[in-house]
Amino acid sequence: MSVSGRRVRAIFRKELREYRRTSSIVTAMVVFPLIFLIQPLVVTLILPASTSAQLSQQHLLLYMLAIPALVPAALAAYAVVGERQQGTLEPVLTTPIRRQEFLFGKALASLVPSVGISYVVYAFFLACVELFAQQAMASALLRGPDILAQLLFTPLIAGWSIWVGIAISARSNDPRVAQQLGLLASLPSVAVTSLIAFNGIHATLGLALSLAAALTVLDTLGWRISSATLDREWLISGERYR
Amino acid sequence: MHGLSKRFGDRVAFQDVSFDIGYGEVFGFLGPNGAGKTTMVRTLGTLLSPTSGSATVAGVPLVPENGMEIRRRIAVMPESSGLYLRLSVAENLECFAGLYEAPDPTDRIDRALRAVNLADRAHDVCGTLSKGLRQRVALARALLSDPEVLFLDEPTSGLDPAVARDVHELIAALGRRGVTIFLTTHRLEEAERLCDRVAILNTTLRTIGRPDELRERLFAKTLTVKTLVPLAEPGDVFAGLPAVDGWRQGDPATYVLAASDAAVAAPAVTRALVEAGADVLSISQSHHSLEDVYLELIDQDEQGSPG
Repeated sequence: MSVSGRRVRAIFRKELREYRRTSSIVTAMVVFPLIFLIQPLVVTLILPASTSAQLSQQHLLLYMLAIPALVPAALAAYAVVGERQQGTLEPVLTTPIRRQEFLFGKALASLVPSVGISYVVYAFFLACVELFAQQAMASALLRGPDILAQLLFTPLIAGWSIWVGIAISARSNDPRVAQQLGLLASLPSVAVTSLIAFNGIHATLGLALSLAAALTVLDTLGWRISSATLDREWLISGERYR
Repeated sequence: MHGLSKRFGDRVAFQDVSFDIGYGEVFGFLGPNGAGKTTMVRTLGTLLSPTSGSATVAGVPLVPENGMEIRRRIAVMPESSGLYLRLSVAENLECFAGLYEAPDPTDRIDRALRAVNLADRAHDVCGTLSKGLRQRVALARALLSDPEVLFLDEPTSGLDPAVARDVHELIAALGRRGVTIFLTTHRLEEAERLCDRVAILNTTLRTIGRPDELRERLFAKTLTVKTLVPLAEPGDVFAGLPAVDGWRQGDPATYVLAASDAAVAAPAVTRALVEAGADVLSISQSHHSLEDVYLELIDQDEQGSPG
């Protein structure tokens, strides 16, 4: 099956334009990252240097992986059911677009801003630590493997949240319910990254590689499964009888 | 299409519908609310799968694996415009030009906007447009792909007469360009004015043909004669006249004649009345509109339905 880049781009650009003009989406994209930025920032700037030894045993930076887990979840959960509710889905589904292209465009439009915002927040945090934290604290936090893990896992975790959100959206009748379920479904990723961040789960290279491989497979499967379950008939009529 | 049916569980949307539409034809699809018109458009537009029967759309058999090929050749304008209200007119069209992979999208969008007289509103946000303008944008969107078959579902629903007339002119222009148009409508004068043929659906196909054919099929041609005073012996006057199959008296000085050919009957009736010394006020041929045909068929259905 070939995927048309032009059709994916058409959906992607349309989605980004809609996000920009919807204040509730912009607000949600800003609020979640702020919540997950404040706690580590306060810890870093307030705690005395004597706690740096304890911090060096943790992976505080990874706590912020909750941002790519939560930010795209609400967006993705609105993607299909929102269009359905607005009455804009029917004209799109009468064009030659494939289900895979439609959902990939939607997913990309959730992924790009979420990953972008996450990276900006990380960069801001790292800059604050470098500039304002005590040297011992900065050394305890700014570790190459953690930063690398942060960069690698951000799109993978966001991808998983997005496909779960889209799968929920494609089978929902109510955008609010879909968004709540989407957020709920992203909580396990938040729990896992928090446990790793605070040493509840011991982080090793092997664990990191296994998780990355698992997420890559899940993201690929998520696209395929979501596409397979997108049912034009149900989306248009709310019924499924053949 | 042949024997096409669509059911939702026990509910029948339409059943055993068969007809053909010719290339370049403007075809009207009429029926009361719930008759299955929109479901038919959605089925032919590949959004719904038929329960049984077969159809060919734009030369391609209507089967799931041909969905994409059919959608390349058709465009559907649903009853609700379905525009992205936060985007401008041009941005809406740009999105759909991409979905259709239209070559030279800028030119396509310009042409579509000019066709619906909206070239100067390209940068207006759709949410700020009136319903009539939104319908026009939706029509422009449907034109982007240069479709072979255009499905228009109630395109003038809720529009004021002036805007509806503009849409009529657009549809007529498309018909002249050779686009096959499948038009569902409640507005019978719209169908009569625009369509080469019409079908009346009330779950099953009730009738199909040119509007004048349907009138002739359903209603006998009649001549109505009005005289100043009642004729003394109307039976003698109207007996044996060519193309007059019978007569009945309406009001005291009004006679309704069944005529197999009005062009032959009318001069003969006039001569007979003059010879009988009648003071003739008028001789007119009765005219039945498509609305009469429609109401007659729907009345028949209601009388035939149980309860």
